[in-house]
Amino acid sequence: MTAAAREAQFPSWDIVFFGGAFMNVELSRRGFLKATGAGVAATSLGAMGFGAAEAAVAAHVRPLKLANTTETRNTCPYCSVACGIIIYSKGDVRKGERAEVVHIEGDVDHPTNLGTLCPKGAALKDFVQAPTRLTQPRIRKPGSDRFEDVSWDAALDRIARLMKHDRDANFLATNAEGLAVNRWTTTGMLAASATTNETAWTTFKVAKALGIVGFDNQARV
Amino acid sequence: MTNAWTDIKNTDLVVVMGGNAAEAHPCGFKWVTEAKAHRGAKLIVVDPRYTRTASVSDFYAPIRQGTDIAFLLGVINYCIQNNKVQWDYTKAFTNASYIIQDGFGYSDGLFTGYDEEKRDYDRSSWDYVMDEDGFARTDPTLTHPRCVWNLLKDHVSAYTPEMVERICGTPKAKFLKVAEVISECSSPTKTMTSMYALGWTQHSHGAQNIRAMAMLQLILGNIGVRGGGMNALRGHSNIQGLTDLGLMSHLLTGYLNMPTEKEPDFETYMKSRQFRPLRPGQTSYWQNYRKFMVSFQKAMWGDAATAENGWGYHYLPKLDVPAYDVLRMFELMNHGRVNGYICQGFNPVLAFPNRGKVVAGLSKLKFLITMDPLETETARFWENHGEFNDVDTASIQTEVIQLPTRCFAEDEGSLTNSGRWLQWFWPAATPPGEARSDIWIMSQIFLRMREMYRREGGAFPDPLLNLSWDYHDPNDPEPEELAKEINGRALRDLTDPNDPSRVLVPAGKQVLNFTQLRDDGSTMCGCWIYSGNFNEAGNNMARRDNHDPDNTGAYLGWTFAWPLNRRTLYNRASADLNGKPWDPSRKLMEWDGTKWTGYDVPDIAPNAKPQDVMPFIMNQEGVSRLFSRGMMRDGPFPAHMEPFESPVQNVFNRKMRGNPVARIFESDVSQFGTSDEFPYAATSYRLTEHFHYWTKHNRVNASLQPEFFVELSEELAAEKGIQPGSWVRVWSKRGSVKAKAMVTKRIRPMMCDGKTVHVIGIPLHWGFVGAAKKGFGPNSLTPFVGEANIETPGYKAFLVNIEPSTAPGGAVA
Repeated sequence: MTAAAREAQFPSWDIVFFGGAFMNVELSRRGFLKATGAGVAATSLGAMGFGAAEAAVAAHVRPLKLANTTETRNTCPYCSVACGIIIYSKGDVRKGERAEVVHIEGDVDHPTNLGTLCPKGAALKDFVQAPTRLTQPRIRKPGSDRFEDVSWDAALDRIARLMKHDRDANFLATNAEGLAVNRWTTTGMLAASATTNETAWTTFKVAKALGIVGFDNQARV
Repeated sequence: MTNAWTDIKNTDLVVVMGGNAAEAHPCGFKWVTEAKAHRGAKLIVVDPRYTRTASVSDFYAPIRQGTDIAFLLGVINYCIQNNKVQWDYTKAFTNASYIIQDGFGYSDGLFTGYDEEKRDYDRSSWDYVMDEDGFARTDPTLTHPRCVWNLLKDHVSAYTPEMVERICGTPKAKFLKVAEVISECSSPTKTMTSMYALGWTQHSHGAQNIRAMAMLQLILGNIGVRGGGMNALRGHSNIQGLTDLGLMSHLLTGYLNMPTEKEPDFETYMKSRQFRPLRPGQTSYWQNYRKFMVSFQKAMWGDAATAENGWGYHYLPKLDVPAYDVLRMFELMNHGRVNGYICQGFNPVLAFPNRGKVVAGLSKLKFLITMDPLETETARFWENHGEFNDVDTASIQTEVIQLPTRCFAEDEGSLTNSGRWLQWFWPAATPPGEARSDIWIMSQIFLRMREMYRREGGAFPDPLLNLSWDYHDPNDPEPEELAKEINGRALRDLTDPNDPSRVLVPAGKQVLNFTQLRDDGSTMCGCWIYSGNFNEAGNNMARRDNHDPDNTGAYLGWTFAWPLNRRTLYNRASADLNGKPWDPSRKLMEWDGTKWTGYDVPDIAPNAKPQDVMPFIMNQEGVSRLFSRGMMRDGPFPAHMEPFESPVQNVFNRKMRGNPVARIFESDVSQFGTSDEFPYAATSYRLTEHFHYWTKHNRVNASLQPEFFVELSEELAAEKGIQPGSWVRVWSKRGSVKAKAMVTKRIRPMMCDGKTVHVIGIPLHWGFVGAAKKGFGPNSLTPFVGEANIETPGYKAFLVNIEPSTAPGGAVA
């Protein structure tokens, strides 16, 4: 769905409204919105069986901070229950804008978590905006007591050089019997089991093609 | 998980052992609550601690950590003695009737073939008797004295309720209550689910813990049915995915194996992977191995992978040891035999055992590269933090390059959950500063190295120079392109073998799923088990139809589950030999006379007759294995083994320490403690307010659980003069930590083999960077020994001592 279509289908004022007073209705709010279609108004609430008084209240609810935010479907990055989450951002990265997370909540449409989150998932925004998020490549030289900022180009050139140097010096192309073993044991890698399958496939290709055998992820632990 | 989170609502009995789902997987645990509320299901918890899961259970039984096998074999014994077995299921769907060779036996805690010198078994006698046609001999009447069933019956007979109490410390009456409730699930209309996690895997005999429960589930008829199964509650959000995609030393994608030095060429490699059926007429699905392997090699090396060069077989590394697992790598590091290490979203300083050895190893590296959205202790292992990381910074000559990565909110792609659902997600935020995606970083390293090899030459550049890298922007491949590569496509027109004029898949189109893969180089596929994830119908991982016809919990229209969108593995076993559901009220699959129908994608051919093809098609037998032949290093049946550090001796063999075939490095032999010096049985665990070592960076979570503590009983606290909330020192043969004492009723002393055993619980969420108070983790204390089959380090059962203490240097009291 394009951002515009999404915007049309889920006008942001509904989010505030159904995020509060009407969460106890049988329909999930996504299902409800789907059923009522785009541009649902207070009068149509009456038509759906809500009382006129409630509809009147709805018409006067003050838009809260989630008004005019972009909604994005995402998945909680912690345990492998993989709860559905909705991230609310100021700005829309898919339109090429700068975007900042203002709120994260459970996705009520998700079959597993049905909108709930645990104490970790409920505090996800703190992870995204933690003061200890890293923003800059850095290098700590041998024996030094500090990190120094370095450019991406310098960091990556250095990494490629260090790796090639070690691979060329220690790569075991063949064993004693002359069999091609293509084995590089002196540099190892731990892959991240919180990354995506697509990241994992990229990482796999590079590590195995280099001949890295000391290659594991958290599943080993 | 064999089943899905949402399927747990269909169960009658939840057994949580080796896990703590209410604490560690709270939103998945809601389905236990659902089963309790709407089906009247019961929850049993067996754990050394009265956990948060125990607090909402119907029945709790204590157990000494590391003795789960004895407990579970005790339950199997109870079921056999009391005729609580689902006989039709057991006879039809397990190898109970298979005849075992005369040479196989078990005595004094050991199976036949043990070699103390090599710490290994000769497993040649652990196998079936074969007939002249190469099929396994069976006795369907189960009367043959050497059939699996009679051997199992004999093997478990030692595990009486009295023996379980003696080994496990579980009072006999409590054990019998658990056994009785579990045994009721032998009825075809009652199911039990097993929910477990690292409490079972992180032992030197972890795989056998899980096998013991799997065997119990099989004789109760609980595998492949709604509300049943073996449900491994996995840790990280994509730990399932990274395992499936083979990011491990001994694996390729889709559980294909890395070649070894004993397999010098492709045909030799394939020779040991014929997977001939061991019973007439059975489906042995791994017979397709060659198609999956060739398609994988074509995905890696494209046109450079040819029939003539064994599809680029010589490009693949060949192992000389079972695996260069993490323990082996840190052992080699300590010997100065590793120069470089890359940690992508991984924090070994807090994650790997014997932290002293881990830090010593990192200090010997020439370079360390870290990729993470957050600060980690590993990236700063060289920094002195007083007692929390007391290192001599100037003497550490490791060059460290720390790379900032995006986090979930800024990324796009799929994650595979515990229930094997591949769920797509979208980016919502701009990354901070110069943080970049892992895909971009890995691409940059690859492209730079490839360019250097092109320019300068060097050691065997061919696998790198020929690596398939056909992306719109080679600098930054798009997640969707990568997902399509994982799904696979036709490289030439794929024609119908019965009618060559008919094109099934035109060249360049995505294959529908892995059933279209070929072994002649005409298809490519990154990971066969995932195939179907992104075919010509589009990105199936992004599907969001949450309808659930008849409320079975299957959700077939929601994202994509591997394999083939199947939600419950072995689902054919939900029906009897006539294809009728064991429990009509919980139908999953049913034979309609010509084909399988139901709520899931059948896991045998849709037209395979129920009397002919058995459900366990990934096994050569077509049935499941109560006796696992020589496939596991430590026995074809589970048998009680003590932890390497145990407060008591193994009652079956007092000389035996730990798992008799687990690998021990020479340098670690002197690093094991005994109960004379370290009298208390420690275990590690996690808290619902924290995720590993990440959430200590979050203000909210750091406020909820701000500081490191250890948990001990009122009895032990009184004995040692430890006040609640006071500082204590806990130490093992390998290290020492200081913590606040949490004195609780949740841990009680147990009586094991005539000895009082005190348990100390050690949570794992603190370190020396982040928003929480500085602290330690259990890995400062735990032993450097892995599981005998897979080398998962043991964190759940080790020995410590404890004493009152003072605040560590640098801490706020």
